[in-house]
Parts: sequence; C-alpha cells; structure tokens
Amino acid sequence: MAEVTKLIHKYLRHHKKFPHVWCPGCGNGILLGALIRAIDRTRLEKDEIVIVSGIGCSGRLSVYVDFNTLHTTHGRALTFATGVKLANPKLHVIVIMGDGDATAIGGNHFIHAARRNLNLTAIVINNSIYGMTGGQYSPTTPYGSLATTSLYGNIEQAFSIAELAAMAGASMVSRGTVYHTKLLDDLIEKAIQKRGFSVVEVISHCHTQYGRRNKMGNAADMLLWQKNSAVRMEKARTLSHEEMKDKFSIGVLVDRDLPVYTEEYGKVKEMAKKAMTQMR
Amino acid sequence: MNALKSGGCQLLLQGNEAIVEGAIAAGCRFFAGYPITPATEISEVMSYRLPAVDGTFIQMEDEIASMGAIVGASLAGAKSMTATSGPGFSLMQENLGFACIAEVPCVIVNVMRGGPSTGIPTQVSQGDVMQTRWGTHGDHPIIVLSVSTTQDCFSITVKAFNLAEKYRTPVIILADEVVAHTREKIFLPHPGEVEVIDRIRPNMPPDWYIPYEDTSRGVPPMAAFGEGYRYHVTGLVHDSRGFPTQRPDEVKGLMSRLFRKINQHFFDIQMVEEEATEDAEVLTVAYGSVARSARRATREARARGIKAGMIQLVTLWPFPRQVVEPMLRKVRAVLVPELNVGQVSREVKRVNQGVTRVETLNRIDGNLITPEEILSRLLKI
Repeated sequence: MAEVTKLIHKYLRHHKKFPHVWCPGCGNGILLGALIRAIDRTRLEKDEIVIVSGIGCSGRLSVYVDFNTLHTTHGRALTFATGVKLANPKLHVIVIMGDGDATAIGGNHFIHAARRNLNLTAIVINNSIYGMTGGQYSPTTPYGSLATTSLYGNIEQAFSIAELAAMAGASMVSRGTVYHTKLLDDLIEKAIQKRGFSVVEVISHCHTQYGRRNKMGNAADMLLWQKNSAVRMEKARTLSHEEMKDKFSIGVLVDRDLPVYTEEYGKVKEMAKKAMTQMR
Repeated sequence: MNALKSGGCQLLLQGNEAIVEGAIAAGCRFFAGYPITPATEISEVMSYRLPAVDGTFIQMEDEIASMGAIVGASLAGAKSMTATSGPGFSLMQENLGFACIAEVPCVIVNVMRGGPSTGIPTQVSQGDVMQTRWGTHGDHPIIVLSVSTTQDCFSITVKAFNLAEKYRTPVIILADEVVAHTREKIFLPHPGEVEVIDRIRPNMPPDWYIPYEDTSRGVPPMAAFGEGYRYHVTGLVHDSRGFPTQRPDEVKGLMSRLFRKINQHFFDIQMVEEEATEDAEVLTVAYGSVARSARRATREARARGIKAGMIQLVTLWPFPRQVVEPMLRKVRAVLVPELNVGQVSREVKRVNQGVTRVETLNRIDGNLITPEEILSRLLKI
C-alpha cells in the first residue's frame, strides 16, 4: 500500500463521512493532509488526540478525522479546548479555526489562550474571507478587497494573525501556506510537540468566494500567488518594510520557553493541599 | 443533628459558600468562572477548595469562555460547574444550548440580581425565571432548580449534579442575592452519607459504541475523551453516531429524544416542598428567598384561623404541574408572590386554566417581599 493510502486508512473516517463539503481546489483539504502527516510523525496514539474545531468551512475538518473530535460553536473552540485540556492534561488537544473564527468572534479567546500559555496547538487557516456564508469580509481581508459586504472595497485594516499571537504571548508561532506543504508538515509537527501554546497560521485561498471577486484566478493561480508572495522568515528579516509590501513571511516566527499553565497549576494544587492539611 | 452523629459537621456559611460545598460533595472537579456580583464568592472559594481535592479552577476571559470550558471539561470526564449573575448568564446562553444538544452534563449557577442589563448588581430579584427556560435559542428541554436557604444551597446543588449526570443535561441552579449572601447555620453531612450519581459510561467495545443511541431511558452512555471511544461531538443536529444530518427522520429522532428523556422522568425531576396543604383553602406558591417569607406568613395566617397552605417550588422547570394542578382544584384562591412582574404566576395561570382565582404579589424595587406583605394579602384574599 502506498504511504498516503496507509495514512488515509489510519486517520480518516473515510468509510462514513466522505465526500467532504469543501469546494474542489480548497486549501482545507491540503491542511487536512498536512495535519495527519504531522500527527503520524509524532507517533501519538489516536486515542490521546482531541481535535477541536469552530464554525465555518474549517470547522468541518473535525468530522473527517478518526480522533476524539469536538465541533464547537463559532469562535469558541479554544474555550472548549481549555476545559478538555485542564480536565485531562494527558490529552493532546489540537484546535482548528478559520480567520473569522479565531480573530473576529473568537478574538478575545485567542489572545487570552496565548497569554495563558496552556499546552494547546492552535491551527488558524486564513483564507481572508468568510467562505461558508458566501464571501463577507473578515478581519484578515486586505484593505481595498471586494467582498459581498464591501462592494466598494474593504475600508478596514487586516490583522496579521501570527504577529498577533506572538504579541499576545504564545510560546511558539509560525506561518505556512498550503502551497509549501513540506514546510507546513514540519510547522504543524513542531507545534504539536512544543510545550506551551503554539500557533500555526496557514495562509490559504478561497478561490470560490475571494479569488473570483478579486480577479485572482482559480485555485491553481492562487497557489501560485502563495508561492510568489511568501518569503522565508530568515530572508524576510533582512528586507525592508517597502520590500515586504504585498508579501508575507513563512517559517517559525517565535519559539520560546515560557511557564506552561498546566505545570504551574500543578504547583497550585500542591500548595492548596498543603494548606488544607495544615487547617485540619 | 443526625448529620452530626454520622460524622458530618455544623458550620456558619453563606449561601454561595454552601453551593461550593455541595458541588464538591457531588464530585465537581472543574470550575470556570468570571467575577460578577453577587456570585463572586463561589469563584473565590472554588479557587482554593478545588485544587485541594485535585480539581481545577480557572478564571476565564468572560462568561462565554467559562461556559465553553465547563462543557469541554465535562466531555473529558470531569463534573463541572460555573456560576454567574444576569449579565454573565446572558453571555452563557450560546454554549448552554451546545450543552443541551450535545447532551453534556454540567451545572450553571445563576445568582439573580436586578435587571435588565447591569441593573442593580447588589440587590435581589427573581427576574430570570423565564430566561432560564428559554434563554438559549431553539426548542430544548432544561432542568432548573431554585434554592431558598443555605441548607438548600448545599443539598440542591448535590441534586443538580445528580440530575445533570443522570440525564446528560445542563442543570441551572437559580439562586438570588438574598439566599447567596445570607449567613446561617448549616449541617454538612459526612461525604459518605451524600448520595452521588455518576454518568453511565459505555461498557461495550469501542467499535460497538453508538454515542447518541436511542436507549429506553433516552439517555445514551457517555464516554470521556481519551478512554478509547473516539467519537464526534457537535452542536449541529446529528445522527446516532454524532455526525451532522439533515435527514428529517434523524432530526426528529434526536429532537424528540431530547424532550422525552426529561419528560418521561418527570416524577424524578419534579421537586416541591409543601406546608399545611392538606386542608388549605388559600394557597401560596413561592420559590427562592420569597418562599421563606411565604412560609412564615402561612404559619401566622394559620395562627389567625385562616386555612392557609403553601407550595415551595424547588424544581421550576420543567414546571411541576403534576403537583400544582391538583392543588389548584382544591383551594379557593392562590397567591403567587415573586420579585418580578409575574413570571411563575403566568405558569400557575396556564396550569390553572381559570379553575380558581390566581392573585399575584410583585415587588420590583430591589427588596425582598416581607412576611407581613404576604400575610396582609392572605387576610384579605
């Protein structure tokens, strides 16, 4: 059996749940592939992994994978994940969100999860648009872009998700694309293995809702756009602001060791138990 | 006193503190909350009591997150709870609905204060009765219990966890500012004396597990994440395996079962306390801290020769009509005192269907209804 077939048989609920809901050419399928390849490399057992997702096209990913899966409410995936992780810290919790999911309706939860530094992995697939509802502008839609709710061009500035997560205090932050699949596999694997809150921003495309309206072509054209706009982190650091205009960096942005919530809470438990014994 | 003989203890506690003791005795090991008057003491006490019993307390960024976290923790196997007041309870409605449809046991305490909006944070009210029933969108069953004394705060909290676990549903404890902050003597039973019910876990091999199977009880066994039963949990309407569906028969099957599992166990869920109802001619129906005023007024009315009786509603939802309805047929008049413009009285009138006279006594100035106010109405009725 080919390697990929083995992975499909091992990790997908293929006999029940396919075909998937995504449009042909969608980046979500590429992310799904990268996710199961990365998980396979970590050699974690399927029973130890919990996939938590929010609402939107990305939210449907949890249906297709054979782990403990939790498809939550819009923007709240990280809050449910926080409860799962704290109730059973042995579980590896991976949270899949979209750009609107993580940074609009779930923006508050996103920055606080990063600040709190729980040992979670957050993967934010960023296609610059609300795709499932038909193409409304999101917090990552570039200034001037067309959407069904910005017919005259978007007048808001876009968030840069990876930088936002880094400023909010995440232990590890990286950015990849669905074009650079080998890099994406590596980034997700590193993120899962990192102690502390790790974020992978995955630049993707919605050719159906975003590309079509903004004359960016079909799925293949938008993959080429990712190829041509991405600059490796090491090189990006040497370029000026002007040279990085309309481009974005890929690779590991931040990798640092910070106190991890569950370990800190272990100390709280010890102190509380001691205090309670002394009271008796 | 029996509690003392069997190894319990006697303490001077506030209602909010007694809720924490009840929760821990019932097996609660996860609490997520956000500070809010008049429920904050529950978070404060939980923050040092839970880690001492190997549980986890977390202060979240808001009440939306608190509700999400307790659902997540319950799915990972921990009995979980949050506590809040009106504004926070409004924020919890979204994920409360998730707990209803995904059948995740959890307990939510709402210590009522005056509303709407920020309202009167430090004063008492009973304005959230209807919100507890219909606050989250869509058709859904819910269990709501009310507390009127510090002792209730302990024992009803234990019952709330037991019902949540037994029926895989969120249970709301409706307290109010007066009961939450009243400090009085309470008997805490020895932990071994407390009846604790745990959710039924699957005992079949994982391949045979159907997470949302329609059983005769209407409550499928619940596996915790990480136990080897890898299944899907969603807020979408789902089939018996947990996967999203739009097939009319499957949609109807799930929705009907959600209601059936509560309705068919109505007698187990319905709880009331009666006072001098055997020969009563006038009846007071009360709940929460107002029930204490009503009990005293009933006794004083009896002392003056009036055949007064009262029913204290412990279960507010599903409305205990099987107890209230026959009582309405026996009495001349009914008085419903409450700290709102008429929420439970609407329900009493609905059940009554014009059989007897239903009068209301409403107070919305942030103060408790006094026994004298109820007594003067009973004398005139």
